[in-house]
Amino acid sequence: MTAVSRFPHERWWAYLFAAPPILGFLVFGLGPLIASFVLSFTRYDVLTPPEPVGFENYRRLFVEDFFIGKTLVNTAFYLLGLPLGMAVSLSIALLLDRVTRFRGFFRTVYFVPAVCSAVALGLLWKWIYRTDYGLLSMALAAIGIEDSPAWLSEPSLVKPSLVLIGIWTNLGYEVVVLLAALKTVPRQLLEAAELDGASGWQRFRHVTFPAITPTLFFISVTGTIAILQSFDQVWVMTRGGPAFASATYMLYIYVTGFQYFRMGYACAMAWLLGLVVLFVTWAQFRLARFWVVES
Amino acid sequence: MRQNALSQVFRYGLLVITALVILLPFAFMVSTSFKSHSEIYEVPFRWIPRRPTLGSYEKALEQANLLRGLFNTLSIAIPSTLGGLLTASFAGFAFAKLRFPGRDQLFALLMSTMMLPAIVTLIPQFLGFARIGWVDTYWQLIVPGAMGTALATFMMRQYFKTIPDEVIEAAALDGANPLQTFAMIILPLAKPALVTLGVFGLKGAWNDYFGPLIYIASPEKMTIQQMIAGTQNAYGGEPGVLMAGATLAMLPLVVLFLFAQRVFVEGISTTGLKG
Repeated sequence: MTAVSRFPHERWWAYLFAAPPILGFLVFGLGPLIASFVLSFTRYDVLTPPEPVGFENYRRLFVEDFFIGKTLVNTAFYLLGLPLGMAVSLSIALLLDRVTRFRGFFRTVYFVPAVCSAVALGLLWKWIYRTDYGLLSMALAAIGIEDSPAWLSEPSLVKPSLVLIGIWTNLGYEVVVLLAALKTVPRQLLEAAELDGASGWQRFRHVTFPAITPTLFFISVTGTIAILQSFDQVWVMTRGGPAFASATYMLYIYVTGFQYFRMGYACAMAWLLGLVVLFVTWAQFRLARFWVVES
Repeated sequence: MRQNALSQVFRYGLLVITALVILLPFAFMVSTSFKSHSEIYEVPFRWIPRRPTLGSYEKALEQANLLRGLFNTLSIAIPSTLGGLLTASFAGFAFAKLRFPGRDQLFALLMSTMMLPAIVTLIPQFLGFARIGWVDTYWQLIVPGAMGTALATFMMRQYFKTIPDEVIEAAALDGANPLQTFAMIILPLAKPALVTLGVFGLKGAWNDYFGPLIYIASPEKMTIQQMIAGTQNAYGGEPGVLMAGATLAMLPLVVLFLFAQRVFVEGISTTGLKG
């Protein structure tokens, strides 16, 4: 045992160093959290003082407000893009893992959308989806389909169209994460399986896939949280239209709070979303034991 | 052998198609941005404009005032990123290497904010900032980040944990105080972590739209993302101007990415950080 040297007054230095984030937590986190809870039981239009209304906001939220359910269902639809996108990303990552040349080049290309802002990509895709001179309608016209579907103004098409953009945008990010995970798959195990005559699919199913489940789980959890709170792209591209067919729940909170200034109700809505996010995350962790293989 | 070569060709074929699916939209954007207003609507479509023009860029820069937006964005992104790096390093150092009562409890408390969806605190934050007169200023977009986020503190703590305790003890033995130890030994060692966090911080601040949308209302104070979103209404959605704006808003980050690729790829591979 050697005597360990420590700084004089070490704890006071430490409190000083740790103070800014702690203070930030109290002022921008805990304080507003409590205030949000209190406000959710009031009617507050910013101009007149908050007026207590008991559970009225929550009653309206659960019973009366048609748009709550609608926007929650829309948001759930966007979640469908996540497993779809992960399947595509995984396929691409597996392909990339098997080639030797130009791997870095492809990875770079795929990643470009992931560094661009949702606003800029939203403008770009709005132009691509335009029915008259958009890239997509021209491509369809070239193969003989003259009447381009109204990708963004047809209520049944707008959500799938937006899901497609999400998959396209996140592909590169997911490929980078998955490529790193594929590097951790034990080579000897793959080779042993091959010697034993396991087919490509069997090797994937029993060796590769289990080894990368923690990474798939990570993408799934963080992706779900992001989609549940998504706003930018929908706001820029459709403003939630047509007729709220593409509006996310987050967009509805924004409109309620910052366009109609119904702050009390918006707080109640935000709490519902907060609890949904926590619940879904918790559920994913609970379900993880059925498919995630911890190394 | 033959079979192998064939499947290689098949793989590269799929990878090239995917690359085209990713790149063609950008090519379409850049192509549109260099076309004159009339050529945009010409059939058949051409990837290379017949008479390339900078007209759309001039409009985007002058009338939509994108340079102003660029400057505004940097006035938010730089102080919030640098401030956040500094505070998160100090706190990360304290949580990783210093001993004080309540350390683990305070750290857990701080980490609990990562569980909390930002939306729950958004409205009271806005109301609070409105009360102290910060709405339509940059303060509320700079200060919370510059105080050191939970994520940044966590990352720095993880990084500092890899530094052996002996290094700190030697410094203490030499009579350095924690501030000197931090400035002369810890911070120089933290360069890779700082670069990663810095790059992702800049990316996040550059691309942020929701924050400015809520807080910044004066046209001359708007960020670049707000300004390019605004070109949709101001120019009747003129595609050339829109695409020039989108190109300009993407360009700095794409260039940063191409130069700092290792930082991006390694940062993501090791931490999953998305920025």
